Amino acid sequence: MKELAFIILFPLIGSAASYLIGKKVRPLAGWVATAACAASFFMVYKAFTALPHDGALSYPLLNWIDVAGLKLPFLLHFDALTAVMCLVVTGVGSLIHLYSIAYMAEDEHSPRFFAYLNLFMFSMLILVLGGNLPVMFVGWEGVGLCSYLLIGFWFKNSSYAAAGRKAFVVNRIGDAGFLLGMFFLFFQFGTLDFTALKSGIAGAELPASFYDIVGICLFIGAAGKSAQIPLFVWLPDAMAGPTPVSALIHAATMVTAGVYMMARLNFLFDLAPYALAIVCVIALLTAFVAATTALTQFDIKKVLAYSTVSQLGFMFMAAAAGAYWVSIFHVVTHAFFKACLFLGAGSVIHGCHHEQDMRHMGGLLSKMPITAITYLISVLAIAGIAPLSGYYSKHAILAALEHSHNHYLTPYIGIVGAAASLTAFLTAFYMMRSFVMTFLGKYRGHAHPHESPWQMVVPLIVLAGLAAIGGFWPGHSLSHFLSSVLPVGEHHAETLVEAIMHSWVGILGVVAALVLYTRLSEIPGKIYAA
Amino acid sequence: MSEHLLSVLIFLPLLGAVLLYILPFFSAKSDGHGDIARWFAFGITTLTFVISLLKLLFEFDGTNVNPQFIEDIPWIAQYGISYNLGVDGISIYLVLLTTFLMPIIVLASHSVHSRVRAYLANMLVLETAMLGTLLALDVFLFYVFWELMLAPMYFIIGIWGGRRKIYATLKFVLYTVVGSLLMLVAIIYVVWQHQQQTGELTFLLSSLVSNTTFTMTEELWLFAAFALAFGIKVPIFPFHTWLPDAHVEAPTGGSVVLAGVLLKMGLYGFIRFAYPLFPRGAEEFAPYLAALAVIGIIYGALVAWAQEDIKKLVAYSSVSHLGYCVLGFVAFNTISATGSIVQMINHGISTGALFLLVGVLYDRRHTRAISEYGGLASQVPVFAFLFLVFTLSSIALPLTNGFVGEFLILLGSFERFPLLTLAALSGVILGAVYMLTLYMRTMFGEIDVEKNGKLKDVNAIELAAFAPLFVVVFWIGIYPKPLIDAIEPTVASYIEQVDQRSQRLLALEEQALSSRIALSYLPSSAAGGQ
Repeated sequence: MKELAFIILFPLIGSAASYLIGKKVRPLAGWVATAACAASFFMVYKAFTALPHDGALSYPLLNWIDVAGLKLPFLLHFDALTAVMCLVVTGVGSLIHLYSIAYMAEDEHSPRFFAYLNLFMFSMLILVLGGNLPVMFVGWEGVGLCSYLLIGFWFKNSSYAAAGRKAFVVNRIGDAGFLLGMFFLFFQFGTLDFTALKSGIAGAELPASFYDIVGICLFIGAAGKSAQIPLFVWLPDAMAGPTPVSALIHAATMVTAGVYMMARLNFLFDLAPYALAIVCVIALLTAFVAATTALTQFDIKKVLAYSTVSQLGFMFMAAAAGAYWVSIFHVVTHAFFKACLFLGAGSVIHGCHHEQDMRHMGGLLSKMPITAITYLISVLAIAGIAPLSGYYSKHAILAALEHSHNHYLTPYIGIVGAAASLTAFLTAFYMMRSFVMTFLGKYRGHAHPHESPWQMVVPLIVLAGLAAIGGFWPGHSLSHFLSSVLPVGEHHAETLVEAIMHSWVGILGVVAALVLYTRLSEIPGKIYAA
Repeated sequence: MSEHLLSVLIFLPLLGAVLLYILPFFSAKSDGHGDIARWFAFGITTLTFVISLLKLLFEFDGTNVNPQFIEDIPWIAQYGISYNLGVDGISIYLVLLTTFLMPIIVLASHSVHSRVRAYLANMLVLETAMLGTLLALDVFLFYVFWELMLAPMYFIIGIWGGRRKIYATLKFVLYTVVGSLLMLVAIIYVVWQHQQQTGELTFLLSSLVSNTTFTMTEELWLFAAFALAFGIKVPIFPFHTWLPDAHVEAPTGGSVVLAGVLLKMGLYGFIRFAYPLFPRGAEEFAPYLAALAVIGIIYGALVAWAQEDIKKLVAYSSVSHLGYCVLGFVAFNTISATGSIVQMINHGISTGALFLLVGVLYDRRHTRAISEYGGLASQVPVFAFLFLVFTLSSIALPLTNGFVGEFLILLGSFERFPLLTLAALSGVILGAVYMLTLYMRTMFGEIDVEKNGKLKDVNAIELAAFAPLFVVVFWIGIYPKPLIDAIEPTVASYIEQVDQRSQRLLALEEQALSSRIALSYLPSSAAGGQ
């Protein structure tokens, strides 16, 4: 189907066009890039509507590499899982492009920015559309390059440039693991095509240790891209990039690539229980450590960065429990609320004239009401409070852990569940803390904060809306839709009242932060001073 | 022309060199700055390239695994020496690489200001020697061209080189001559053996390969002699120390031709001579060669990382990259060996381009110290863009040429040498480390050296030199099919033939052994019979 080719070609053309047109008329760069991204979204939507139930579309773009037994067409493959990822990537991506028009308006290098941003869309879409592992790897390394270029976008600052290099190198460590996993698979099955691998694995009788080794190799790749221990060190530094980049690449899309990879290879990971147990432990540790680190940050973007690391840990926990569709569910809801949070933070930073320290904020609720309210909705969503979207995906993760059949995990599932719940509490706490410190109380800075222009506000409202309802729609039908690709368990329907009662952990965290940082604000101050 | 096509290609540059010397309008009086000579040399090399493209490449039959365009003329008939030329899938793109790079090297000669005519004449003679080496199918003829490569390179570094040019030249010549002499001895031994066994004196490679047999001991010694000669030329660790010195002291064009073509000659020698003649010796040595290759990959990368001189860094990166080529070839399956040849082409393109880039900086600032640069991206954006593209090609980012070769090499080698391939994967990471560090230190940050504030971006002639390299980077990265289609069938049949000869030699030796054993029993059994 030709539309699949256009999905990736529009951003590629947009990348060159926005730079060349922007060189002549700078303000046009952003609009060209946004249009390219929206056109890609439209093509995704067309492919989505044309997608047959329980089926897939595919389009071989060209005959890429063909040596001896190694046949690697540049194959684009579009099934339910791809559709979900593509809709999120191009949908959220388009909103962030629109937002960037205003955010980057003052920057004289904005054409270069939009060229990189569109190039990122191109790579990310190759990543999710790739029909075999090497094509996926093209996107995989491509997003790493764009991440490198965008983190170091303001390259005159040497520490920003160093942060970009760090991101690329740490990702490369993961990529080496990815390559190794591919080599194992190729020599066992003689193919790297997803469909062929699935049938190859179904027909083979190999010891679990083989799949465990391959699974661990591939997870090293996933851990690099998706910032899991010990390869998470690059993501906090990556906040050196412009804030829309943090929202798009380092929150909503690229960092979820590792989760997508595990979901894509679910048929392989299902046979690797030991690897999954390791994934679970690492994911849990990552989620917890990042959450505690987020508690202590004053830079609003750093709070969100550690929060992203922590939420990625939750996604991997779901995958490790075999509930791949739940991990994708959380990818989707997280894309909504975390993109909204980052864009909200960007709006604050923009409004406060490049201030990122929350100690110099406060009281912005009255000065930037739309930013504040959309931020609050997203905070409550990530805190896991029903009926907002985060509750449904996070609750599904905790339920999936409880029902895990992995015999390496089952003896310890109580501890895992408790630790995950504690982390969920911490999430609610530090996110509410960031809201209170930024928007409530008195303004402690010296700038003249103002609400942002419409190009920035509209994406905030749309994303906050999605963060609010994303649990019902598309969340409600997601498991059914994904069932053609991923194993989906039974769905426990619960009433709204039950749901709200189940969100006590989040409510507790939010209330605790609210009380501690408004009424009893001397206590955190004392702790910090000590 | 078509029946003497290869001779035309080989001797056209030599004719150009002669004309440069005898025609009056190239004399110092009428051509003071050497501009006419430069355009003449550019014309000759371009013509050679166009002929090789239209007449050789476009009429080359990729499915035919035997040498094509054969020329066979008796030369010194009483010694069985013939003028025998031919091109096959292994050499075709190396020939094209040579003819492709030469016009670019001539363009880069604009930075040579003294004795331009002599410099260009040397370059043209070098082209003749290189093409002859690649196309010769007679061992004597090969040796003549092989030695002929040394002389112009000696002059190019020795006359137009940098401060330590005498030291570098001496080292380069000593290393190469030691290797060559060993090879000469081995060649004479092989030819003598052939005469002993068949009664016919010939230097024709195909007869030597198909009609001569060696014992295992002979094979080991002869292969070792060839391996040393070729190993120095590659260079394989630990025989690499001449390379950084030669590179650093050579003028830009010299470095490009050294990295682009001359370094390939060592491995080409392995492929064309050492392996077919002594397959069992090769088999014995393969693991050691692979280990040395991997040491070279890692060691070269680490040393490159530590360099303060840009040119030295790129030179050590060559040691690392050539390690991949050697590893891929000695792993000896169709995928890895095809990858190895593809990577030889790639290395010529990307490292050649990197040396040209260093040359651009050196022409302007007369220093190669990394610390003398910094923040150039804002001053010379086009240069920075080109540098980025060739850096990415060098670190094998997918969709650039480097990835295709490196991926095939690693994937193919994994089957034969899994642990060594695992170690070689660290080169994938280290490559990103040293190249991105170089890029960061020279291109990013603020301009901290005052002189760089007036640096001029690439001019039209430089751009014309980079443009074809730029195109090839993406051509091979995105659509390597024509390249692979020309190389792969020959490689597959070549591997089969080498394996067959290996088995035949083994069978012969076993037969000889058993008949000797039988012979020693013969008298008694004969006596028993009577």
